[in-house]
Amino acid sequence: MSAMPGVVAINTFREAVRDRVLYNLVFFALLMIGAAIIVGQISIGIERLVIVNLGLTAISIFGLVMAIFIGVGLVYKEIEKRTLYSLLSKPIRRWEFLVGKYAGLILTLVINTAFMTAGLAVALFYVGRPFVRSDASILIAIYFILLALALVTAIALFFSCFSSPMLSTLFTLAIYVTGLFAADIRDFGALTHSSFIKTATSVLYYLVPNFHDFNSIAVAAHGESIPFALVWQNTLYALMYIALLLVASSAIFSRRNLK
Amino acid sequence: MASQIPAIEITGLTKDYSVGFWRKRMRRSLDHLSLRVEEGEIFGFLGPNGAGKTTTLKLLMGLIFPTDGTANILGRPIDDISMHRDIGYLPEHPYFYDYLTARELLDYYARFSHYPAEERRVRVARVLERVGLASAADVQLRKFSKGMLQRAGIAQAIIHDPRLVFLDEPMSGLDPIGRHEVRDIILDLKTQGRTVFFSTHILSDAEMLCDRVAVLHEGKLRGIGSPGKIVSLEVQAMEILFEPVENQPLPSNLAQHATPVGGRYRMEVPEAELYRTINDLRSCSARILSVSPVRPTLEDYFLGLVERKPNAPVEAHAQ
Amino acid sequence: MSNAGQKRSLWLALAAIPLLFAALFFLQARIDARTRTEAQAKEELLLRSPAAIEKMSLGYNSLLADIYWTRAVQYYGGKLADENVHFPLLWPLLDISTTLDPKLLAAYHFGAMFLSEPRVGANRPDLAVKLIKRGIAANPGNWRLDADLGFLYYWYLRDYGDAAAAYLAGSNTPQGPAWMKFMAARLDQKGGSLETSRMIWTQVYESNSDPKIRKLALNTLKGLKAEQDERELDTAASEYRQRFGHYPASVAEMRGAALLHGVPVDPDGYPYVLGPDGQFELNPHSSVAIPQEPKTPPRPAAK
Repeated sequence: MSAMPGVVAINTFREAVRDRVLYNLVFFALLMIGAAIIVGQISIGIERLVIVNLGLTAISIFGLVMAIFIGVGLVYKEIEKRTLYSLLSKPIRRWEFLVGKYAGLILTLVINTAFMTAGLAVALFYVGRPFVRSDASILIAIYFILLALALVTAIALFFSCFSSPMLSTLFTLAIYVTGLFAADIRDFGALTHSSFIKTATSVLYYLVPNFHDFNSIAVAAHGESIPFALVWQNTLYALMYIALLLVASSAIFSRRNLK
Repeated sequence: MASQIPAIEITGLTKDYSVGFWRKRMRRSLDHLSLRVEEGEIFGFLGPNGAGKTTTLKLLMGLIFPTDGTANILGRPIDDISMHRDIGYLPEHPYFYDYLTARELLDYYARFSHYPAEERRVRVARVLERVGLASAADVQLRKFSKGMLQRAGIAQAIIHDPRLVFLDEPMSGLDPIGRHEVRDIILDLKTQGRTVFFSTHILSDAEMLCDRVAVLHEGKLRGIGSPGKIVSLEVQAMEILFEPVENQPLPSNLAQHATPVGGRYRMEVPEAELYRTINDLRSCSARILSVSPVRPTLEDYFLGLVERKPNAPVEAHAQ
Repeated sequence: MSNAGQKRSLWLALAAIPLLFAALFFLQARIDARTRTEAQAKEELLLRSPAAIEKMSLGYNSLLADIYWTRAVQYYGGKLADENVHFPLLWPLLDISTTLDPKLLAAYHFGAMFLSEPRVGANRPDLAVKLIKRGIAANPGNWRLDADLGFLYYWYLRDYGDAAAAYLAGSNTPQGPAWMKFMAARLDQKGGSLETSRMIWTQVYESNSDPKIRKLALNTLKGLKAEQDERELDTAASEYRQRFGHYPASVAEMRGAALLHGVPVDPDGYPYVLGPDGQFELNPHSSVAIPQEPKTPPRPAAK
């Protein structure tokens, strides 16, 4: 492993910062403040539930928007603006560039999520609740959101290696939604009498990334614990799927003629 | 500094592009190009727009992949990434991360050469000075003019003191002063023993700088050699500029060949008739302003190539 | 053109992809193995408020309704496959589907069936009535929903007055068929009878194309026929006893007394079995089952 991806990653992060991507944190902060104030006044007993639900959902949606919309432009923008030409004349391989761009966006997402997590903690504190051990579930749920975002980013990057941002966005969203409903699709297939549909739906089930397993928002909101096995299984699942996508992206991108 | 291994060795390099959306046809952008550039040379790569110059450079940089043929740079095949440590490249119409300042941009590129922070700082400052961007070092590139971007592009191509520099149209977008400065940079590189390979459609630059040139037209190599050799620089005629005595008509033998230019006349005569003409002028008391040889320039050579193919794009206008 | 090292790494990379997919398959199977048991342990629907879901659907409520209806069908089908007789989520799912899209007729029609069936459903005809009434309110003039309501009242709730009213309402709609008026009159006069039941189930059979419902209707019709047969056979056996002072010992004895012709068989072709007390019963090999009186619903019908 060389240091090249790191150099690219830092620059990608810097681009996000300079393009004012982190301004979304302001909206998140306003959302949390508003929710904390309103919830504190009108509902009794479910402050925690509402704040956690809203906070985690916002973390997930904000992150998703960033992962998809920045992700599909990671490679495309560098080709379109020809900034890639001078870069590739440096001693950097194309896969190193890809991995660097990917890592840069992940870094951005992690830092963004860290700020939002802090905001959520402040909001929870404001509604007058001491932190308890079961709050670990919230952190695990956020970790799962990050894993899902990393996976979404890898999908966006994969498509952006060979198609336009518009199409890549569509493809990525389609895969994300399919991945959310993967289990329903398989169950639907299991109820039919056609063995072809049965096979097709279960193949689809194992092929698309299963995003449903990364959603622990409700569990965290109810203060239930998340089994440890799910933590390592989700981690391993995300890492393997990301590796797969990065390998495929590199294979495609390394052979691509840059206009 | 010159070694046995050529700086660039291109053998039968060919590139086909598919064009059209429905019915893909192949268009040959580069057709079996073979050439060799020695280390320490300034090599000019000439041709009108669309001749295949940029295609060649992109092939050499590994941005696109050849349909056929091979190329070695500094003795290593073009897909050997380690060779990129020793080369610099200025793309055509360069564009850079516009959210960075020039200093940040160059620091970013210098990181790929693994310099420590302090050396990067020194090198960046030096190269900014060299390309005349020192005063704009901390301005974001989104505020740069085309000429400034060109300078930044040259800066990133030479920041790591490469042995071989590829410049794609380095003079484009520059004013006469900038053009002059880039010429100086190229000549400087030569005195440092570097090899420079640059493409241009502006021929006077090539004429002035190059040890050797290659002329490319419609993807094919049309000639290669020293700028003097590539076209015969024999004197074709003599040009005389003169001012007749006021209110006195020109003798008819002179008036036939001379064309008025302002209050003056210009005429071209074969070298053999020079003295006779001068005598004629003296006899009518005209004041001779200048006598100079008329030689074909690379421009003429170039236009000749284009005119031989009536349908070829005639964009090879002289500056 | 590519040098050997690069080509090799490309092939290695491409070989890694199927391997990673295989690994993902096993991991997913493992995750599923645990989450499946967990899902069975606690069955819950995160959002149960149809109004909240409607607000969150951002105008795409009819699509969302289809999704919820599909989930309802899957839920019902999945439970049946597991031979589970508890359907706690069936009503919420149907409630959400029909709130999101009040014109989703399939959800009313099939949903009422799933809800009211005692053996292959939730045994909640009260909720089924509530669902169908909501459907009628949202889809005035649709006689099929009136027919469904009449059927629910008649068969599951044995409420012949309300059943007659429902059929009458249906017959008064612009496209209401004549048989509904006839059915209403018949119910008013005679209330519940085997003959009426057979007529109603015949309508169910004929007006449905769903194979599951047709099968249910057919089985019920066979059961009703068997019930009819048994009643007639029992009457014959009583007559035999009046004549001879004891119950017949065999079908042959009854034939000898000219009370029967041939061997009476049920709709599946199995001969009825004569018990010692002169009661005829279904052959144990037969799949025909006499429809049972529906159990009293746990809660009174919501009106």
